[in-house]
Amino acid sequence: MSAKGQSAQPFRVVGTRPLRYDGADKVTGRALYGPDISLPGLLHGKMLRSPHAHARILSIDTSRAEALPGVHGVVTAQDLPETEAQAARDHVLASDKALYVGHSIAAVAASTPHIAEQAVQLIKVEYEVLPAVVDVMEAIKVSAPLLHETMKTRSLAGESQTPSNIASHLQHVKGDPAVGFAEAAADGVIVEREFRAAMTHQGYIEPHAATAEWSANGHLTVYTTTQGTFSIRDHLAELLHLPLSQVRVVPTEVGGAFGGKNDGYVDVAAALLSRKTNHPVKIVMTRAEVFLATGPAPGAFIRVKMGATRDGRITAARAELYYEAGAYPGAFVGAAADVIFGPYNIPHGQIDGYDVVVNKPKAATYRAPCAPPVCFAAEQVIDELAEKTGLDPLEFRLRNCAKEGTRQINGSVHTDIGCCQVLEAAQRHPHYSTPLEGAHRGRGVAHGYWGNWGARSSCTLSVNADGTVSLVTGSVDLSGTRTSLAMQAAEVLGLTMEQIKPSVGDTDSIGYADTSAGSRTTVATGIAVVRAAQGAVAQMKERAAQLWGVPADTVSFDQGMFATGENPDKQLTFAELAARLSETGGPVTGVGNVNVEEWGVAFGTHIVDVEVDPETGRVTILRYTAVQDVGRAIHPGHVEGQMVGGVVQGIGLALHEGYVYDQEGQLLNPTFLDYKLPTALDVPPIEAVIVEVPYPKHPFGARGVGETPIVPPPAAIANAIYHAAGVRMDELPMTPARILEKMGVI
Amino acid sequence: MTSKTVVSTTINGERIEFLCEPHQSLLECLRDILGLTGTKEGCNDGNCGACSVLLDGRLVNSCLVLGVEVEGREVTTVEGLADWRGLHPIQQAFVEEDALQCGFCTPGILIATKALLDREPDPSEERIRTWLAGNLCRCTGYEAIVRAVQSAAARLAQPDEEMAR
Repeated sequence: MSAKGQSAQPFRVVGTRPLRYDGADKVTGRALYGPDISLPGLLHGKMLRSPHAHARILSIDTSRAEALPGVHGVVTAQDLPETEAQAARDHVLASDKALYVGHSIAAVAASTPHIAEQAVQLIKVEYEVLPAVVDVMEAIKVSAPLLHETMKTRSLAGESQTPSNIASHLQHVKGDPAVGFAEAAADGVIVEREFRAAMTHQGYIEPHAATAEWSANGHLTVYTTTQGTFSIRDHLAELLHLPLSQVRVVPTEVGGAFGGKNDGYVDVAAALLSRKTNHPVKIVMTRAEVFLATGPAPGAFIRVKMGATRDGRITAARAELYYEAGAYPGAFVGAAADVIFGPYNIPHGQIDGYDVVVNKPKAATYRAPCAPPVCFAAEQVIDELAEKTGLDPLEFRLRNCAKEGTRQINGSVHTDIGCCQVLEAAQRHPHYSTPLEGAHRGRGVAHGYWGNWGARSSCTLSVNADGTVSLVTGSVDLSGTRTSLAMQAAEVLGLTMEQIKPSVGDTDSIGYADTSAGSRTTVATGIAVVRAAQGAVAQMKERAAQLWGVPADTVSFDQGMFATGENPDKQLTFAELAARLSETGGPVTGVGNVNVEEWGVAFGTHIVDVEVDPETGRVTILRYTAVQDVGRAIHPGHVEGQMVGGVVQGIGLALHEGYVYDQEGQLLNPTFLDYKLPTALDVPPIEAVIVEVPYPKHPFGARGVGETPIVPPPAAIANAIYHAAGVRMDELPMTPARILEKMGVI
Repeated sequence: MTSKTVVSTTINGERIEFLCEPHQSLLECLRDILGLTGTKEGCNDGNCGACSVLLDGRLVNSCLVLGVEVEGREVTTVEGLADWRGLHPIQQAFVEEDALQCGFCTPGILIATKALLDREPDPSEERIRTWLAGNLCRCTGYEAIVRAVQSAAARLAQPDEEMAR
């Protein structure tokens, strides 16, 4: 269901709900995903992975594997050239140390996957097992075993004196927190709490897969399931020392990614095996490999302190964020620091973020990276402040709501945002005023946001002689962006959706595009598409002018019709003019290349009703409403799909998803049986409420919508659990056992 | 190298023979030997439902069935749903209700839906959610899928649709 936008619908195609282009191929089984690729002479690759969380690799003997009939080749880190990108190199094939269980050590290519599996078992690796550290708060201790013996902590102050597992420390300060807390202490309330979040996985159903073919002329082609063909191309070129022009990456359909398919995991090994064996080689991960060696969103330890006056004005906020980067630095703790207090106008604040390495897989981005745990923390503290000041939780948030011009603790200033509008829409929604009756039931709210990355996109739009248009971008389609991009072209060109054929090009066929991530594709690639369409129209105006013998600046284009002010009898439809391009100079191709530097933001407020079973601790979600500012919904159906899908992932993070490690760093739940994703039975019907506060930097006002919906659910559900069961939850996931423990039942 | 077995079976209405090793799963035979890659592997241990197929009309995870077990039996995969008349009403409903995003779980969910509607032409929402609990979808949040199953049930209840399929 969509709420009406703030303005009357001025568009013909934008805001409608055409069928998705990829639908027919996906329901008939024709769509080809990463594991579906096959080439003549294909060999199958398998990786050998470390059984230890931390071990020095003393020797690797591949001779028995190589001798197995059907085996064509084995590669290790020794097959990779030396590079300055040592961490990236070690991540794809470990050289001197294995840093987590599942770290790849070697790869085998054989005529069947079963032979490759057997061969992997025959590789003999001699390890010196080292003590492992798996918990972020253990890893920061001076006595902790070091993952990288020479790594020092980077901060604004420079580098630390001694090596540490803390890769970096960032700090944002605004105003004087001591003054703000003193004000709250004198006449108000202060709440301080600690929270923990487990590592989680993006949980895409399609495993990672790459098929590489290294031709005799040194050109490498890789077919892979990825969010970013160009970033995979760059990764391959860097680690294999190839010119960018010699690497071609061809995207397949992507069976779910959510941030987890930005990085390359098996592409480099497949390429090395192809070079060594002179065959194309495909590597497809098993589900256990996906859990052990890809993805996880970092676990975290978070301390939050906030103060407010008696009348509910936040005076100060303080946060310490310790994020688990896994084996190599890069947990995106900066994103956590950016969003933790971003929805509020807070005069004094300090945020410290620490990027900490531990003996677990290297963390990757996951839909609004790092945001759900900080929202879980801050929004519970805010809920408590609201309660202690006697204010309605939405009213409390509205009193402190960020607006255009609000300076955040990280120093950046909000532009035109829909922060207050979504809170008000939630307040007005019937869900919020419907009494919640029955024992052990509670209602919770939470408010959160995520920014929209801009970055580089490109588009080529070719006008065909029959008046149809071929639209190529380099932005991989994860969730329907071929459709939302074609809609934007159709809007500019005055065409129907049937007249536009969108596709995603490989890296040889289209200009650079940054990875499809950060809710950027519909917005930033959309701008490139609009420019390409406008460019094609400008060229066609010149062609019309040529045909009519009039100055080009007298030619107009409106509602799909070219006309000139010089002569009212002269008119051509888009298709009529398209048929005459060959006689007026040849093909017309519109090109749009952009590097969008602005960051948009999209706010969301969620309302949830839960029931907590006091005997089992089981949480049942009774009703869920998600309100979000989407700028302008290009395709409202797809927007609602993103919102509902994001909420359900958030419910998973809230209630049952989390990596479980033992002390030695063994992952105890690398299966879909033990790492439980929400099923159709676990979630209620979810209402998506669209609010439209147009984003001025996009031609149609669109904001990125995909990530915000996963941010508030853990916090909203935690607040609902508190109101249902009277306990404040401080650890994700909020399993029945943890709830019963808090309730004092066990 | 294990010696191979000849399997005679019917797949999507066509009688065929294929050669497989005795340890190969039906999923592997469909995908790697017969080129029917519409059936997907999500976990290979029976927990995600992406490899769902019908075996003699019964819903199974093809990763948990051996290829040699389908000797003399009938298998229906996603490739067997559409025919020369176009999409099956279940497929049509999924496209029109926008019940897919990445589409990787979709073949399994379509097959599971067919298994449900073949037995129970008018299931309740609760029944649909329970039935589909064996098929994981990470994108949609299930909302549109449930709607599509209801819509497919309504389409199949039309006399001409039922006759046609």
